[in-house]
Amino acid sequence: MSEPRTLFDKIWANHLVDTQEDGTCLIYIDRHLVHEVTSPQAFAGLRAAGRGVRRPDATIAVADHNIPTRPGARTGVIENEESRIQVETLERNVVEFGVPYYPIEDVRQGIVHIIGPEQGMTQPGTTVVCGDSHTSTHGAFGALAFGIGTSEVEHVLATQTLIQRPARNMQVDIEGALPPGCTAKDLILAIIGRIGTAGGTGHVIEYTGQAIRDLSMEGRMTVCNMSIEAGARAGLIAPDDTTFGYLKGRPHAPKGAAWDAAVAVWKRLPSDPGAVYDKVVRIPADEIAPYVTWGTSPQDALPVTANVPDPAEIDDEDRRQAVQRSIDYMGLRAGQPLQEIAIDTVFIGSCTNGRIEDIRAAAAVAQGRRVAGSVRALVVPGSGLVKEQAEEEGLDRILTEAGFEWRDPGCSMCLAMNDDRLAPGERSASTSNRNFEGRQGQGGRTHLVSPAMAAAAAVAGRLTDLRDLD
Amino acid sequence: MRKFETVTSVGAPLPQINIDTDKIIPARFLRTIERSGLGRHLFNDMRFDAEGNEKPDFVLNQAAWRGANILVVGDNFGCGSSREHAPWALADYGVQAILGTDFADIFYNNSFKNGLLPIKLPAEERDKLMEDAQRGENARITVDLENQVITRPDGEQIAFEVDPFRKHCLLNGLDDIGMTMERAASIDSFESRDRIARPWLYAE
Ligand code: SF4
Repeated sequence: MSEPRTLFDKIWANHLVDTQEDGTCLIYIDRHLVHEVTSPQAFAGLRAAGRGVRRPDATIAVADHNIPTRPGARTGVIENEESRIQVETLERNVVEFGVPYYPIEDVRQGIVHIIGPEQGMTQPGTTVVCGDSHTSTHGAFGALAFGIGTSEVEHVLATQTLIQRPARNMQVDIEGALPPGCTAKDLILAIIGRIGTAGGTGHVIEYTGQAIRDLSMEGRMTVCNMSIEAGARAGLIAPDDTTFGYLKGRPHAPKGAAWDAAVAVWKRLPSDPGAVYDKVVRIPADEIAPYVTWGTSPQDALPVTANVPDPAEIDDEDRRQAVQRSIDYMGLRAGQPLQEIAIDTVFIGSCTNGRIEDIRAAAAVAQGRRVAGSVRALVVPGSGLVKEQAEEEGLDRILTEAGFEWRDPGCSMCLAMNDDRLAPGERSASTSNRNFEGRQGQGGRTHLVSPAMAAAAAVAGRLTDLRDLD
Repeated sequence: MRKFETVTSVGAPLPQINIDTDKIIPARFLRTIERSGLGRHLFNDMRFDAEGNEKPDFVLNQAAWRGANILVVGDNFGCGSSREHAPWALADYGVQAILGTDFADIFYNNSFKNGLLPIKLPAEERDKLMEDAQRGENARITVDLENQVITRPDGEQIAFEVDPFRKHCLLNGLDDIGMTMERAASIDSFESRDRIARPWLYAE
């Protein structure tokens, strides 16, 4: 009998093209997602070498990072010249190299990690890459998905392969059911808070346990999305009926007899009983609460009912200094209750939380309430299709009546490459994934939260426990 | 990557030591969409004034050396950041070989990935070449990678060392991608097996 294998081991073995004497592997890439910021030099490299794209049918391109999201702004020319040039360059490249592309006016346009799954491009057991670290999102389908650099983008375009070394296996097991008011975002913030931003280094994290199985595909994507914030190379969740149900009927999903054949293959993917992980972390689900981050690293996560840490109580010198630096940058006081922190801006969107379920969660909190007078609150759907569906469900009306701005799809204030950004010193409650210094605009301060918690913060004008809303 | 062929050119003398990657290509030019096109900004702040006018003193602005394919440089060329934009800018300008004594590590590695040959020489050999370079127009230097020799304008030959693997890649125009393409048969056979195992992942 062969050794029990993990989900990662199986996908790896299935994609091995060959192995060199020194242990480096050439692995086959099934799906390649391309966006405007990290691809221009890759296409230029192909052009200079007289090479083409090996498998345009396995590739999809979209512009998302630079796109304006103000209603009406996307129909005209993009005002910022560098942004415009990056988008125009992508548009020229996809024509020249025959790569499928969703233009800005196409309803399928959106954040690259939202549209791959939405179109059924991301499938169980596949390898998925993109010149973007949050490619880990796609691991929610039981796909081995990771971010790559521009030289590697070019390598994949030309050869449909990558030179890689195998990762180690890590299991994060969440047994039991999530308590009421807690979402996938709270779960992943709690995990990162527990294992730290380097906790997954060198590993692929497989998330297991009832709390994971109970999540929708949207929730699973939120968890896998932030695997990279735990330092992991990728995140993985075993495919099951929830996965198959999500995929069935999507444009790129297999149809008819091929569907049945695919499902049969996919069902063999989950880790075998007795498979061994190099590292295991178990967290009981009932320890999860609505989480917020207080500092400038995603691991600075605490239940919203907690207080800002006091550096004086930290023994480790390096850690104490880091905490002090974060507190200073964030403009907070040691020991201050998190719920006293007033915010100016709310951002609901990004590849972490820009899917339909996230908009629903925000609308459920917004319904019958008002955004506090001092707060600017943006809701940016992750794709044109998410936007369309939300409008069909009347969510846009609920949100705008409550005082939220309803935007067009894109990355927006997640990284402030378009004109949505925080001013220096401004403070946001944001559903995105990084609270680094200046991430949402130079001098901006970010608190990461779930969509429901973000909406609650918009209403209260401060970080607040959504379980206490009247 | 383009194959490295024997190059004959005037050598532009840049005797200053520690020319860092910020000097080779200042940070504000990194917000670009192409690897090509950076030659315009090569040595930007040494080459142009604040208004964008050429500084007449700078060597590449002088008729004898404009467009030189060979640079003869001071010690520790290419120190500073890891930006691949530095070799991109040099290659785009038309530089093919850089003759010096030592180079910053990352810059050295990045150069080979971009068809650029940096050559490490003993100081006295480099100094002779620096003198040749300073004579300008009528002093053409030849760099022959195949035979690992530099020929001075007076016909004297200087041998140089280069890692055999890197030499092979440069001569054959092989980058990582080129190397992987040499394994095309493995990729082809993987694909034909996979088409049968998972046909739904392939377009008709
Ligand atoms: S939404 Fe943010 S994290 Fe996601 S791809 Fe866009 S910029 Fe990156």
